[in-house]
Amino acid sequence: MKGTHRILLWGVLGIALIFYALPVYVMVINGLKDATSVSLATMWTLPGKLSSGGFAEAWAMLSPNMRNSLVMVIPAALLSSLVGALNGYVFSKWRFRGSEVLFALLLFGFFIPYQAILLPLVRFLQWINLYGTIPGLVLTHVVYGISVTTLIFRNFYINVPNSIVEAATVDGAGVMQTFRKVMLPLSLPAFAVTLIFQFTNIWNDFLFGITVVPNPQSQPITIALNNLSGSFSVDWNVVMAGAVVAALPTALIYLGLGRLFVRGLVSGAVKA
Amino acid sequence: MGGNPPDTWQTHHGAEVQTQYIGPGFTESLHDLYVEEGWYELFTPELLQTVSHDGVPHMVLINLHRSNILWYNKPLLIEHAVRVGETLSYDELFEIADHLQNSGVAALCMGDAGIWANGIMFENTLVGVMGPERYLGLWEGTTAFTDADIRQAITTYSRLLDYLNADHAALSWDQAVDKLLDGGCAFYSMGDWAYGELTQAGMIDHEDFGWVPHPGTENTNILVTDGFTLAKGAPNPEAARNMLRVMGQRAVQQEFNLLKGSICARSDCDRSAFSPYLQWAMDSYNTTVSIPTVVHGSAAPADFRQALNDALTDFVVRRDEEAFAATLAREAKASGFGQ
Amino acid sequence: MPTAAVRLWASRHKALIILVPSLLLTAIFVYGFIGTSFFFSLTNWRTLAVDLSLRDPIWQTYADMMAMPRFQADLRNTVVFTVLFIALAIALGLFLAILLDRQFKGRSFFRSAFLFPYALSFIVTGVVWRWIFNPETGINLFFDMLGINRGLEALGMDPLSPGWTTDPEVILSINQALAALWPGGASFQIEWGIPVALIPVAIAATWQLSGFVMAMYLGGLASIEASVRDAARIDGAGEWRTYRSVIIPMLTPITISTAIILLHVSLKIFDLVFAMSGVGPGFATDVPAIFVFEMMFTAARYNLGTAASIVMLAASCLVIVPYLIHTFKSRE
Repeated sequence: MKGTHRILLWGVLGIALIFYALPVYVMVINGLKDATSVSLATMWTLPGKLSSGGFAEAWAMLSPNMRNSLVMVIPAALLSSLVGALNGYVFSKWRFRGSEVLFALLLFGFFIPYQAILLPLVRFLQWINLYGTIPGLVLTHVVYGISVTTLIFRNFYINVPNSIVEAATVDGAGVMQTFRKVMLPLSLPAFAVTLIFQFTNIWNDFLFGITVVPNPQSQPITIALNNLSGSFSVDWNVVMAGAVVAALPTALIYLGLGRLFVRGLVSGAVKA
Repeated sequence: MGGNPPDTWQTHHGAEVQTQYIGPGFTESLHDLYVEEGWYELFTPELLQTVSHDGVPHMVLINLHRSNILWYNKPLLIEHAVRVGETLSYDELFEIADHLQNSGVAALCMGDAGIWANGIMFENTLVGVMGPERYLGLWEGTTAFTDADIRQAITTYSRLLDYLNADHAALSWDQAVDKLLDGGCAFYSMGDWAYGELTQAGMIDHEDFGWVPHPGTENTNILVTDGFTLAKGAPNPEAARNMLRVMGQRAVQQEFNLLKGSICARSDCDRSAFSPYLQWAMDSYNTTVSIPTVVHGSAAPADFRQALNDALTDFVVRRDEEAFAATLAREAKASGFGQ
Repeated sequence: MPTAAVRLWASRHKALIILVPSLLLTAIFVYGFIGTSFFFSLTNWRTLAVDLSLRDPIWQTYADMMAMPRFQADLRNTVVFTVLFIALAIALGLFLAILLDRQFKGRSFFRSAFLFPYALSFIVTGVVWRWIFNPETGINLFFDMLGINRGLEALGMDPLSPGWTTDPEVILSINQALAALWPGGASFQIEWGIPVALIPVAIAATWQLSGFVMAMYLGGLASIEASVRDAARIDGAGEWRTYRSVIIPMLTPITISTAIILLHVSLKIFDLVFAMSGVGPGFATDVPAIFVFEMMFTAARYNLGTAASIVMLAASCLVIVPYLIHTFKSRE
C-alpha cells in the first residue's frame, strides 16, 4: 500500500475509533471521579486527581448482584449448551422424517419477541414456585437458549462425516455412547462458541431479569445497575463506575477470546 | 404480581394499597397490632379509613406529604420586584408569570423526564379549579368526567404549560428543584418531598425559598403517604410485626420525618421539633380537607394512573384539549369511574 | 443378537427420546405461552384481580389499542427506528469492513475496537448515551468547542444545540399526504414523520451493532476468492468500481441475513430505550416493548399488554417465517 493511502486509511479509521471509544471514555473517566467533582457539566474533562472514584462504592453496591449474575449465568450457559449439543447431534446425525420441520419449530423460539410469552411465563414460574428466584431465571434462560445452541451444534456436527457415526453404530455403540465417545471429544470448539455466546447473552439480559425477579437483593447486575441510575439523588460517578463493573466480565471474555466470540455471534445468525 | 412477596413492603395509602394488595388478599389484618399499640386513637379516622378494608387496617402509615405546594425562589422574585402573600390566585400567578417571562425568566419549573411531575401540576390544578368536594365526586361517582370544570381545569393547566423552563423534558423532578434554587425558574408546583431536596441543599425557609398552596387549593391537602403492610404468608411474620411496631413509634416517626421533610402520620408528634415549613404543614393538615392523589395511586387504581400519565405525555406536546378531555372520560369509564 | 437394521431402528427411537424434553419445553414455553398470551389479550383482565371472561366484542382490546395515540406513535417509531438503524448500521458496517479488507498494520486492533460494543449490554451503554446526548452538557458542547456555533452566530444564524432525546418535534410529516390519499388518514392523532428524538437512539444502536455488521461482512469478504478481484482488476476496474459492481453484489446473501438479524433486534428493542430515553416527550422514543412492559407491570392492564405483545410477535413473524421457510426449502 502506498504511504499516502495508508495515512488516509488510518485517518478515517481513527475518526471511526473516536466514535467507538467515546462512550467508553465517558464511562471510565467519570467513574474515576469522586462524588463532588462528577457532574454533567464536567463530563468530558479528566478527573482532577487520581482516586478510585466511584469504583469502591459501585463494587460494594453491585457485588451481591454480580454474584447473582454469576450464579445464574454459569449453570444456564452450561445447561443450554449441553442440551443444544444433544439436540444438534440428533438433528444432524439421526435425521428422520419430519426432523427438519421439528428443527424449524424449535428454532422459531429464537426469533420471538419475548414480550409475547412474558405474562404466562411469570404466572407459570409463580405456579411452580420459582418466581423471584435465580433458579427460575436459570430455567428461563436455558429454555429460551435451547434453540440457538441447537442451531450452533447442528451446524457444527453437519460437518462431521457421517461415516464416523456409522462406524461406531456398526461396532455396537448406542446413540448416547456414540455421542459420548465419538462426538463429545470433537465438540470442544462448538462448546467454546456456545458457552461464550450464551454467557454474553444471558449476562446482558435485562427483560427477564427485571420481570422474573422483583426483589432487588436477588436481581442480576444489569437490573441493579439500572436501579442505580433510576433512584433519587444519583451519585453519577458510582453509576459510571458501576457500568464499567457490569461490563467487565463480557468485556474480558471478548478481549481474551475474541476469535471464538466472533464465531459465536456469526453462528447466532441463521445461515442458509 | 408477586407470588412470593417479601414480608413487608412500602406502599401508598388509598386505592394503591386497597386494590393492589389488600383486595386480592396479599396482606394480613393488623387489627391486633393496632389494639396493642393503641394506634386506633393515634391515627385520625380519615387516615384509618384509607388503609383499611371492611373497617380493618392492613397498613401502618409512617409519614404524610402534602402534594399541592407552589414553591418559589424568594431572592429571584425580590430581584424582579414580585411580592407573594399567603396565597396566590390563578390571575395573580399569570400576571407574575407574564412579568417574569418578559424579563426572560421561566416562570414555572418543571422536570418531567418522568411524566408524573407534570401529573402533580395537573392534579393540583384540577383540584384548584374544581374544589375538593367535586374532585372527590369524581372517584365516588357524583361528578361526571365530562364535567365542564374538567375542561376549565385543562385550559388553565394548558396556560401554565406555556411558562415552563425550556429544558423541562430533559430534567428529572429533583433536577428541576436544583433549577429553582439556582434561579433558573421561579415557581414549582410540587409536593413537599421537594422540601427535603431544598433543605439538603442548605436552603433556609422564608429566606431562600417560600411557598404558597397551589392556587385554588388553600383549603385542601392532597395527601401522599408512605406506609408498610404485612404480607400474607410472610416467612418471618414476627420479625415483620416487630418492624411495623417500630415504624409506628412516636420517636421513630419524629426522627424519620425530620430527615425526610414530611410530617408524622401519628397525631401526637412534637410540633416544636419541626422547621417552619413543617410546622406550617402540620397546621394546614389539621385545618384542611385531605383528599387522595391520583398521581401517587391513592385515588384510582394503577390502570387509570397509567392512562392519565399517557394522556399527559401526549397533551404536553400536542396540547389538544378536546382529545385530552375525551381520553380522560373514556379511560375513567373503562376503569369503572363516573358511572 | 438383533440385526443391524433392528438396532438402527431402536437407536433412532432412542435418538428421538433425546429430543423429547426440548420439544416439550418448547411446546410449553414457546407455543403454549404464546397461545396463552393471545387468550389473555381477548379477556377482560385489566386489574390485578384475574378476570378471564372474554371481552365483548372479542377484538375490542385490539381496537382500543389501535386508537391510542401512544400505540400509534409506537408503531410509527418502530418503522422509523428500524429504517434509520438498519440503514446506518449496514452502511457503517460495510464501510468499515471494506476499509479493513486489506493487509496493514493495526488491522486486527481496529477490528477488535469496532466490534467491542457488541460485548456490552444495552443497559450499560444506554446510561452513558443518555449523558452524551444531554442537550445542556453532552455532545452539544463540542459544537461550541469546535467553533461551529461561533461560526453560525457570525453568519447570523442560531447556534446549533439540538434537544436530542428531549426534542418532541416530528419532522417530514406525511399526514397531509395520507389524508389526501385516504379519507381515514385525517383521523390520525399523531404526526407520521420522523421523531427527532429517535435519531440519537438509532445512533446509539448503530454504535452497538455496526461492529457486528462489519464482522459479518468481513466473513463474507474473506470467502471471496482472490481470482474474482484479479479478474476485475484485469478488466481495468478501479478499486471502488470493483467493490461497487462486483464484490458488494456478491455479498447480497450476507446483507440479507444481516438485515434480518438487525430487523429482529429493532422490532423488539427495549433495554436501550428504557435506559437511554424512556418514552420520550410526547412518546417520541416510545416503542412497543416499553408499552408492553408498562401495561403489564405498572398499569396491570394485562389484556392490553398482551395484545401489544401479540402485535409485536406478528410483526416479527412477517419477517422471520418467510425467512425460515426459505432457508429450509433451499437446503432440501
